[in-house]
Amino acid sequence: MSANLSASFYLISGILFILALRGLSSPETSRQGNYFGIAGMIIAIIVTFLSIGNFGIGFIYVLVFLLVGGSIGAFIAFRIPMTAMPELVAGFHSLVGLAAVFVAISAFLKPDAFGLGMVGNIHLASLIEMSLGAAIGAITFSGSIIAFLKLRGIMSGAPITFTGQHLINLLLGLSILFLIYYLCVTQSSNIFWSIVIISFLVGILLIIPIGGADMPVVISMLNSYSGWAAAGIGFTLENTALIITGALVGSSGAILSYIMCKGMNRSFFNVILGGWGATDQTSKAQSKEQKPVKSGNADDAAFLMKNASSVIIVPGYGMAVAQAQHALREMVDALKKNGVKVSYAIHPVAGRMPGHMNVLLAEANVPYDEVFELEEINNDFANCDVAYVIGANDVTNPVAKSDPQSPIYGMPVLDVEKSKSVLFVKRSLSPGYAGIDNDLFYRDNTLMLFADAKKMTEEIVKSL
Amino acid sequence: MEIDPFIFRLSIFILSIFVGYYVVWSVTPSLHTPLMSVTNAISSVIIVGAIIAALAGSFGSIFETSNIFGFLAIILAAVNIFGGFLVTQRMLQMYKKKKK
Repeated sequence: MSANLSASFYLISGILFILALRGLSSPETSRQGNYFGIAGMIIAIIVTFLSIGNFGIGFIYVLVFLLVGGSIGAFIAFRIPMTAMPELVAGFHSLVGLAAVFVAISAFLKPDAFGLGMVGNIHLASLIEMSLGAAIGAITFSGSIIAFLKLRGIMSGAPITFTGQHLINLLLGLSILFLIYYLCVTQSSNIFWSIVIISFLVGILLIIPIGGADMPVVISMLNSYSGWAAAGIGFTLENTALIITGALVGSSGAILSYIMCKGMNRSFFNVILGGWGATDQTSKAQSKEQKPVKSGNADDAAFLMKNASSVIIVPGYGMAVAQAQHALREMVDALKKNGVKVSYAIHPVAGRMPGHMNVLLAEANVPYDEVFELEEINNDFANCDVAYVIGANDVTNPVAKSDPQSPIYGMPVLDVEKSKSVLFVKRSLSPGYAGIDNDLFYRDNTLMLFADAKKMTEEIVKSL
Repeated sequence: MEIDPFIFRLSIFILSIFVGYYVVWSVTPSLHTPLMSVTNAISSVIIVGAIIAALAGSFGSIFETSNIFGFLAIILAAVNIFGGFLVTQRMLQMYKKKKK
């Protein structure tokens, strides 16, 4: 296949990838979008085979490895529980990163196969592109591994900080740039390997200071990095499909990080530079004083909701941890039978990744037109009888609107306190991730339900 | 004067960033998780590079170091392609409208 023809096909698969993302603008078109994506991928792979035009023993090996990887991927995709989606995505990002590193290494070892010059005399532009691709890929890989370990709970979600951390990161970052420059001058393979190794280290150091609840930003950021790494390799290989995809994924991840940061009213650098909970000891100490709290049981909650005309459910990460989404759906079904109008309110940073709550609710068969984003539903709290907060905390804290001293001041929150009564399912009065007390606990219209989210919801279903 | 092909690729790259910007803003927030898994799947088109790496110079020996890195990259990318698209499909199947 001629180079021009294959380039045209790569363009087509790039366009199909754009359509795949376009499909996600609504759930109705999303499945079709996914098929466009699959078609784009198949075209890219077939065109690559045809343009190499070598169907010898190597080709068989490629197919075997493709199928081995594919079966592993398919197995994971079918077996993974929906609650484990954040760590799955983090794990997948690490694979893209590592694949980018491997391709860059291979291109460095055998540049003639890629048309990039000879060993020891690789074209300058290609050398910059492949070393950037390798560096970003390596950062994506090791960073995603750390994110995976934190999300999986193998590693503590608490931020790991030490003095001089940011200085070390800065120096390592600068040394990568310096080494890339040096690599262009000397073409030395030792320097290339150093770039890869230092980048692995940077990836680890970059993610360890970031706490568990900031993971939505981290995952989005790593998503973005994996795109830029792919684009770097795309430039090296002069491949349009890779360049387009890299740009799409890169900007997609960047937008998601931006949305997540905005959901917390924090700057991107504030999140990246680490630890939120760790810095607020003073406000933690203040909250030690005892304030009166009303607490109730499942029967009280069932009574309140049964007699309400409208109920808004506010799910958070705690619902995912307790796997309470199915019980919740049963509760809502029972309420609907009693003629109660029920809707769901989702805060942008609820859960551990963008859209985490929506997927869990969809898994529990909650129709997506009952689920609303913060801006869509926030005014409805004033007219609603009961707000049922399950596993969410900081995102409902009215302090964000009233106390300029608070670390979460200015963060958009759900106006839960405006509803006639609030049912707050929580195991204890402990503060949430931000390390601050939730004012909502002590409001007159709040009834605390101290229990595991799933158990409490199941008990409510029983008494309904 | 002839234009360096690099400039064309850079143009494609920058225009694609803009396309990505507008397309991603139009994605509904409830589908942000499938968005992440599908972007993950499509970025595995890096398998194109892996295949070239694996088959490089395969007329002779096909198990030089550079080929082995290529084969490893094929496995990693294939896990992602199948895993990414299938898990996205599984998620999207769950998004249903209210039964009337």
